[in-house]
Amino acid sequence: MKKNFRGLFFTPYVLWLAMFVIAPVALIFYYSFFDIHHNFTLSNYQEFFTSGTYLTMTANSVLYAFLITLFAILISYPMALVISKLKHRDLWILLVILPTWINLLLKAYAFIGLLSHDGLVNQLFQFFGLPIQHMLFTDSSFILVAAYIQIPFMILPIYNSLTDISGSYIRASRDLGATKWQTLTKVIIPMTMPGIKSGIQIVFIPSLSLFMLSRLIGGNKVITLGTAVEEHFLTTMNWGMGSTIGVVLIISMVIVMLLTNTKRKRRRA
Amino acid sequence: MSKTIVELKNVYKKYDDGFTALKNISFKLQEGEFYTLLGPSGCGKTTILQSIAGFTEVTSGQVLFDGKKINDIPANKRQLNTVFQDYALFPNMNVFDNVAFGLVVHNTKKEEIQTRVHDALKMVQLEQYANREIGELSGGQQQRIAIARAIVNRPKVLLLDEPLSALDAKLRKDMQYELRELQQDLGITFLFVTHDQEEALAMSDQIFVMNKGEILQKGSPVDIYDEPINHFVADFIGESNIIQGKMVEDYQVAFLGHQFECSDAGMRPNEPVEVVIRPEDLVITTPEKGKLQVKVDTQLFRGDYYEILAYDKAGNEWLIHSTNASTDDAIVGLTFSPDDMHIMRYNETEAKFNHRLESYED
Repeated sequence: MKKNFRGLFFTPYVLWLAMFVIAPVALIFYYSFFDIHHNFTLSNYQEFFTSGTYLTMTANSVLYAFLITLFAILISYPMALVISKLKHRDLWILLVILPTWINLLLKAYAFIGLLSHDGLVNQLFQFFGLPIQHMLFTDSSFILVAAYIQIPFMILPIYNSLTDISGSYIRASRDLGATKWQTLTKVIIPMTMPGIKSGIQIVFIPSLSLFMLSRLIGGNKVITLGTAVEEHFLTTMNWGMGSTIGVVLIISMVIVMLLTNTKRKRRRA
Repeated sequence: MSKTIVELKNVYKKYDDGFTALKNISFKLQEGEFYTLLGPSGCGKTTILQSIAGFTEVTSGQVLFDGKKINDIPANKRQLNTVFQDYALFPNMNVFDNVAFGLVVHNTKKEEIQTRVHDALKMVQLEQYANREIGELSGGQQQRIAIARAIVNRPKVLLLDEPLSALDAKLRKDMQYELRELQQDLGITFLFVTHDQEEALAMSDQIFVMNKGEILQKGSPVDIYDEPINHFVADFIGESNIIQGKMVEDYQVAFLGHQFECSDAGMRPNEPVEVVIRPEDLVITTPEKGKLQVKVDTQLFRGDYYEILAYDKAGNEWLIHSTNASTDDAIVGLTFSPDDMHIMRYNETEAKFNHRLESYED
């Protein structure tokens, strides 16, 4: 009786897991072993790991994702630090989160408007007598916009870990003679490491496959694995190759998770 | 004559919302003494500690350390250390790194860090715990590590913010002995903050009793226990029976319709006063022999004594500590000697109180 009752509660969860997590992943693995003519083969993997194009693409994706994550941390950490000390910090953090409620496509188009040849940024440059810059469809604008999009997801876990630190740790550090900088590097940052790590997990993986932004802002000059997946599924109809890249993305996700996994030791009695 | 190490001069602390946490606090701490700030929660004792440590700025007045004004010196430049109520041991470091922290941030040499951390851990008898994680320690051990971490910088003054409040009763008593010993071994000044009068009486050389942002009385534990300045202090420090009375003349006090010989003087004739008699000074006898007659109401066995609650005819409550049990609802007599009574005037300042005491005590 009791066991049935518990099973009832688990059913929706198990069904959801089976239909939307396990099945798609299994399908991706399954399709990755078929070529375009539906023959079972390992050639997709062979091609991926031997072709210069795919390996460069992977290297590029990792590099861009790394840079996006790095800039997101460099901007988010100080910002979270400042916000966590403000009087109405909950309101301020809400303002940071607010842009995530706006559709990604809308934000991308907004940036096109800002960065384009006749856009607001160039108008400002002109106003101050600076030469007009071609910012749209460059690597740096792609990284800039991608970092902007990812910042809220990076700030939130960092902010939460910062507000969890009891003020007495900081007082203790200062009391023992540490300067503000030493307190930051030796106490605050190590204690917020779990927050930084979950920020990396949330930001790095999606950044590997930002195909829409790479197209709209990067102008297809930036080709990431995400772009390649999209091409194979929608244009060349080579689902097998697309799935293979998907498998590579899933495996790299697992690797990042393992690398950033903190052993949850019980620190406090 | 020992040297003044910390001094507060007319210190006020007012918050933006108008709350005054400290009202005209002035005191001196001598080198090598054990001081306690004692008072109920919210009385401002922790605020005093924080203004000495540098965690809060005083609104006006001076904080002096070794004769120099330190109001504007940041906490990390002050030569004193704090043991925090929640210990605040860094969870990302093990015991050794926690204790070494104060030395590391001062760029101390590695070999010196080794020896000094070892010495500090030895002082608190935990030298074999250097490689433990903080989470693996019991509350009492964390407490000792917090002390070791605070003394490793060899401060001249150690501030302790209710450090024993999280420990169980047995451990708390043991730690009282150890803290007192440690203070005497180190020979430095301890400023201990607590709301526990028993802790304060057991360990201190000097106690400052505080309430509502003011220091009401300072003195040795014995002085404060035997001669509390007012109702609040008498009530807060230990158990007491406080009866309203009248000072007929010097060494003569009247209450409950009788006149008694007492050992206090220096008041106006027929001045209304309060009389304090400690429960352990009351002796139960037969109704005929007693100076007062009371009816026993309730008795509680406290282990080392019986706590007896009784009422007199006027309805006043009397608390008596006795090694022997009494009988419920029995009428008994109470005796006490003139020295057992302590007379308190209403609204007497500490300066006038001390002056009056000196005027008739030899």
